[in-house]
Amino acid sequence: MDVTAAKYIGAGLAMTGLIGAGAGLGILFGGYLQAAIRNPAAAAGERVWLFLGMALAESMGIFGFVMGFIILFVKV
Amino acid sequence: MAAIEPMNQFMIHKLVPLPPIEVPGLGTLDLSISNSVAFMLVSAGLIALFFLAAARRQVVPGRMQALAETLYVMVDGSLTGAVIGDRGRPFLPFVFTLFLLIAVMNLIGLAPGGFSVTAQLAVTATLAIMTFLTVIVVGFVRNGLGFFKLFWPPGVIWPLAVFIGFFEFVSFMIRPMTLAMRLFGNMIGGHVVMYMFASFVVGLGLFGLHGGLASLGFLGSGVSFAMVVALMALEFIVAFLQAFVFAALTCVYLNEVVNLDHGH
Repeated sequence: MDVTAAKYIGAGLAMTGLIGAGAGLGILFGGYLQAAIRNPAAAAGERVWLFLGMALAESMGIFGFVMGFIILFVKV
Repeated sequence: MAAIEPMNQFMIHKLVPLPPIEVPGLGTLDLSISNSVAFMLVSAGLIALFFLAAARRQVVPGRMQALAETLYVMVDGSLTGAVIGDRGRPFLPFVFTLFLLIAVMNLIGLAPGGFSVTAQLAVTATLAIMTFLTVIVVGFVRNGLGFFKLFWPPGVIWPLAVFIGFFEFVSFMIRPMTLAMRLFGNMIGGHVVMYMFASFVVGLGLFGLHGGLASLGFLGSGVSFAMVVALMALEFIVAFLQAFVFAALTCVYLNEVVNLDHGH
């Protein structure tokens, strides 16, 4: 196989990491909303942890994204 | 038609070339003012101006003072106060500076003609390594050699504790990388996606000029334009949120070493 073609396929495959990040973010915000609607008084205090969880869940997707960029643009 | 090159906007070029300087032990350093350095200086200058304008200290605050106080109370209350507790007060200037600098650098990258400094891995890695070293130094100063208790899970039989401790250590050492990658990836991703949709606006619009069935291209062009506007709004949220997340993670990491034997 041509190296360029393999590069593009690899970059595309690296993007599959975003599946997990998307599912994780959905679960995270869904859980937060459920809890916030049941007990709105406690919602504001947990917002820091919501964003922290978001950052951690998202970082896995970002790693996949950065891998894709490395495959595409880093000259070896 | 110009080629579509989404990575060109992150290119560094020199604005004011300065002669390279020999530093013993480090080798040759190029201290030229590049566009990255220029925009960092502009960000720092904006923050300084903002505080000059905000530091009137009136009982009834004006707009600038109200904004400055809101940001300060947010960092004090929901970051250092909520995460570290009362012992977090000494770290408030550090966390607040990080937050403000990253927020302004992110936002300045969104301005027309702006250069996104935080989309350079060198910049985010510097900030992340600085945070990491701060955590280690504070850990050793506060706890001495008790710092290594951080990796030792309490109440676990020792063969398992060694195993878990190893992974705790690895996850500790990988922190600067995750911090740097998160900010870098978010910024570069947002800008590349915006660039791609903006190129669709032009490309599909030109395609629509062929007439006939190809005029459907105008529809796609309009949709892409709406998408660019929506992405711009999202990027403003992300720019602020990533600064907040960086500051919050700094607080969490500091909390682990500051409240090591207290379990906060």
